[in-house]
Amino acid sequence: MVQRIRIRYAKRGRLRFTSHRDFARALERAVRRAGVPIAYSAGFSPHPKISYVGAAPTGVASEAEYAEIGLSRSGSPEDVRAALDTVLPDGLDVVEAVVAGPGGLAERIEVSRWRVELPGVDPDRLQAAVAKFTAAECVPVERLTKQGRRSLDARAAVVRCEVVRHDAAHPGGPVPAGGTAGPREMSGSLSRISPPSGLGGASCAILDLVVRHVTPSVRPDEVLAGLRVVADLEPPVPVRATRLAQGTLTEHGDIVDPLAADREGDLGGRPST
Amino acid sequence: MGALSVFDQLEPLLPKVAKPIQYVGGELNAVVKDWDSAAVRWCLMYPDAYEVGLPNQGVQILYEVLNERDDVLAERTYAVWPDLEAQMRQHGVPQFTVDAHRPVAAFDLFGVSFATELCYTNLLTALDLAMIPLHATDRDDSHPVVIAGGHAAFNPEPIADFVDAAVLGDGEEAVLEITDIVRDWKAAGRPGGREGLLLRLARTEAVYVPRFYDVDYLPDGRIQRVVPNRPEVPFRVHKRTTMDLDQWPYPKQPLVPLAETVHERYAVEIFRGCTRGCRFCQAGMITRPVRERSITAIGEMVQNGIEQSGFNEVGLLSLSSADHSEIADVCSGLADHYQGENVSLSLPSTRVDAFNVTLANELSRNGRRSGLTFAPEGGSERIRRVINKMVSEDDLIRTVVTAYSNGWRQVKLYFMCGLPTETDEDVLQIARLAHEVIKAGREATGSKDIRCTVSIGGFIPKPHTPFQWAAQADPQTVDRRLKLLKQEINSNRSLGRAIGYRYHDGEPSLIEGLLSRGDRRVGAVIRRVWEQGGRFDGWSEHFSYQRWVAAAAEALEPMGVSLEWYTLRERDQHEVLPWDHLDSGLDKEWLWVDWQAALAQVEQDDCRWTPCFDCGVCPAMDTQIQVGPTGRKLLPLTPVSR
Repeated sequence: MVQRIRIRYAKRGRLRFTSHRDFARALERAVRRAGVPIAYSAGFSPHPKISYVGAAPTGVASEAEYAEIGLSRSGSPEDVRAALDTVLPDGLDVVEAVVAGPGGLAERIEVSRWRVELPGVDPDRLQAAVAKFTAAECVPVERLTKQGRRSLDARAAVVRCEVVRHDAAHPGGPVPAGGTAGPREMSGSLSRISPPSGLGGASCAILDLVVRHVTPSVRPDEVLAGLRVVADLEPPVPVRATRLAQGTLTEHGDIVDPLAADREGDLGGRPST
Repeated sequence: MGALSVFDQLEPLLPKVAKPIQYVGGELNAVVKDWDSAAVRWCLMYPDAYEVGLPNQGVQILYEVLNERDDVLAERTYAVWPDLEAQMRQHGVPQFTVDAHRPVAAFDLFGVSFATELCYTNLLTALDLAMIPLHATDRDDSHPVVIAGGHAAFNPEPIADFVDAAVLGDGEEAVLEITDIVRDWKAAGRPGGREGLLLRLARTEAVYVPRFYDVDYLPDGRIQRVVPNRPEVPFRVHKRTTMDLDQWPYPKQPLVPLAETVHERYAVEIFRGCTRGCRFCQAGMITRPVRERSITAIGEMVQNGIEQSGFNEVGLLSLSSADHSEIADVCSGLADHYQGENVSLSLPSTRVDAFNVTLANELSRNGRRSGLTFAPEGGSERIRRVINKMVSEDDLIRTVVTAYSNGWRQVKLYFMCGLPTETDEDVLQIARLAHEVIKAGREATGSKDIRCTVSIGGFIPKPHTPFQWAAQADPQTVDRRLKLLKQEINSNRSLGRAIGYRYHDGEPSLIEGLLSRGDRRVGAVIRRVWEQGGRFDGWSEHFSYQRWVAAAAEALEPMGVSLEWYTLRERDQHEVLPWDHLDSGLDKEWLWVDWQAALAQVEQDDCRWTPCFDCGVCPAMDTQIQVGPTGRKLLPLTPVSR
């Protein structure tokens, strides 16, 4: 392996129903079809050098998933990105690629920002539920795992939980109150997210969440379960969640793009050591 | 997508069901065409779960052949799991295609490929969810023509009530001819309506339309005769045979799913048909004659298939792949070409001889020698003569020892239980054979680290085979022998420890037997089982033997027949069999002679290497054996980029 490339990819539209395993298989095939010079592990049954950081749950869309690919021949990250994006289906999109600099990717990812659309839920009703949720110190919820029911706290990991009001000035992408200017690329991606679909003109509340990555994990499903616990909030139809960003959290509450450090260190696309 | 898509209604249901990606479509190489510009629209179904149905070669081939035509549109649908079925019923979402999520009922033709009879209840679910009347005679001009294909369609009588038509044999040319007939009929203003179209199809003598045939029964329950009920309809319907496989190099654009499926590989059918003559094997009987794909065509398909799919595994498929006349060159050529490419090649290795091990060695040059599979099928030499599986015990031991000596650690042996004339002793011989295999293997390798797995299932007599007259063994006998075999294997603890034992219960086999050799009266059983919740009968967790037994008692016994009558009864030479009017090319006289030879333990050679033995297929179908060697070389292929 002579070079590591880090990619940000998106899971959009109906392909949000791909599981992480599904995506991993699709990416391995895409690598072969695109002729990307992937490095293989040594040993009895070699496998391509691809590693992932977290993964949005099946059914949840994402604008910010990350993976690292080991190459046997160095190349331009943009060429790799374009080659992979061309052969992957629409909806699994490789959005960015950088040459990996020093330091691990995983340690630059500690929070996720989620946007959750709740079609058929009145924003005022959601606002009231959120107020109860944020006022609580601990909101125990149950999750069904393979080992059975497991209780966890949905509250402590939640850094922000706010109801987004539709803003006529920003029809494409509602801006949360108190605005979090994420990395430029990511606020750009906000505008590509389609408005809530399915319920026509009916009301649709939108939740803006920033949640720490903890174990057991707290993701939109757990927060929604928490809203059910504290305020009996029961969305009439399935919600649509999208991960908008991942990264570390600044003391002002901004999310730092995990590829920023690599981008700064990447001087002219030279292979890293 | 067009106005027809039901995806908006389906989408809110998907978060509530398991593995939603299987219903989303978007496979690599899937085709979505404009609805309005297609003159003829096909919906193709493999009536099992997506994970099983998507890799099916038959459906993929027909899908591509049809979509290559500019004025034809073909989409796919699969059986939905009960969780989604419940949601669809609750929310009024119809059976849909995965390509453009169009409702199945909107298509002109609904083609269903049956590899196994245990999918029949899934057909009813799909029809019902599609809002197509279950009974063919209740359908009107607005409904698709429902056509069955696949191996089970060689006796479609149990589903005759539910299908409008059935096609026997290879589908590539048949679907195109049916397409032409439907196009012309539509262009002519649909003369005669639905029945007019079915008549046009029936007159080709290659499409079976059950409603145009009346079945009369004798007082004792046997069939008296099956005759056309209108003059233009032929007495017999013939199977289709696609000749010269090199002209049909499909799939060229293999479907690559996002969801995980049972076969994650690019498969090339290296030949079609088999004349080994195993008497239990319906596939070998109904797909004659042997037609090889040439070595060069195989090489081109493999290269193109890997490029188009990104798969890293290639399967060289057929009924007996080691029998291809140039298989050694195919294997070594592909192994040369893909050396160091992380592409793995596989051959379904069931032929019991050392040559097969050589081939497997070639394909595993890079070192992955996990397991090899052989199929002696019968435990004793006597029973192997009955079933015409010409393998001596010495052959088998020698082959397996060769495998162990070449670094293979695990050998799987396939057997059947409940074969005609079988005794307990024939089955117990399997244990002795397995013990010998382990002993010889330990001796040859000096290692205890070798294993053998005995895998055994119940034999089911199938139509169009020499065993079509045979009595099926009852589940109690099968289960008792399987239990005895297990005890016998473990009677030697040292050897038994190295032997794995896998078996299938006898009960599902009995139901498959009913559906395989049933007639039109069995349709009522299928319907009753389905109404009582029968779904996915090929899956042990969904199959209910009791439900089938109860439904069979209720539906059949008032007519003087029964589950046992269909399965456990040996037929005599002159009984009219439910599929006699369906021509697989095999001469019924020859099948009877071969059945008698089986009972006399007389073997029958392969017509590829010995003179023709008059099974009847080639003259009846105007076909001939197409085998090499061509003398051509696999290389040069375009070099793979490194």
